[in-house]
Amino acid sequence: MKSYRLSWWKILTIVLLFYSVIGGFLLPVPRLPILNETIRMNYFHVPMWFGMLFLFAFSAWSSIMYLRTSSNGQDERASESAKVGVLFGILGLLTGMLWGNATWGAFWTNDPKLNSAAIGLLIYLAYFVLRGSLQDDMQKARIGAVYNILAFAVFVPLIYVLPRMTDSLHPGSGGNPTFRLFDTSHHMKLVIYTSIAAFIMLGWWFTTLLFRLKRISRYYNDKI
Amino acid sequence: MTKFRVTVFLAFFLALDVYSQTGNTVEMADVLRQDGKIYTVVFGLVVILSGLIIFLIRVDRKIFRMEKNIKNEGKVTVAGTKNEYVN
Repeated sequence: MKSYRLSWWKILTIVLLFYSVIGGFLLPVPRLPILNETIRMNYFHVPMWFGMLFLFAFSAWSSIMYLRTSSNGQDERASESAKVGVLFGILGLLTGMLWGNATWGAFWTNDPKLNSAAIGLLIYLAYFVLRGSLQDDMQKARIGAVYNILAFAVFVPLIYVLPRMTDSLHPGSGGNPTFRLFDTSHHMKLVIYTSIAAFIMLGWWFTTLLFRLKRISRYYNDKI
Repeated sequence: MTKFRVTVFLAFFLALDVYSQTGNTVEMADVLRQDGKIYTVVFGLVVILSGLIIFLIRVDRKIFRMEKNIKNEGKVTVAGTKNEYVN
């Protein structure tokens, strides 16, 4: 049994995070009216949603694997990664509200993108309510897995497809570009990709800690 | 003897201080206060991030120790899979 060593991808996460924070503040950005320096919010707001999507996709995948294998480990993976995904989603909503207040003049506008993001997160919160309300572990895992797959199938169109088909203030709607490879300024590319990678990896780190804690508690529960 | 040394030492720095005040443009570590003091905010954020990461690593290590204890209890570990234990 070897002693504790930080794995390479955790060290990489830390390096990329520091690069994103320092570079995100200090590297040059396009000078645009209204946005001004809040354009830097892009480096921290967008990665939250990428991290969330990654974790929810992993969660849906784990639920599918649970239904195929009925292994407790898969169920734990699904629920724990959805938890961290919801955390990232809430952080994304909060940073988006701050940004909206600075550029649109209000913390919340009844915009299709914003409303569907809020509804999407509520769908995931209902997943935890559902799990919490079932006593039997097997039932909890199976019904939870079915609901989780359904939630992901609703969530992605709700948050990424439907708002694009209407007019919205949020970038990326109604033919308004966002995050397009050739539209993004070169200076922003220096940080935005790194930042997205860094926050996805950070979310994964959190999630692995939760898996491991669950596995430890399962071990002790089985022993009793 | 020690007193003498301290006096010389202090006198040296006192002299330096007087010397530096004679110039018009005194060079100081002003970078931290330039550009609307944005560097102070960056530094603050770096401090917070460092704190969070140190905390995260400590939790990581604590979990690692718990897993190690479980494995040392003589339970079988599944070959090839990391951190997987069987009852």
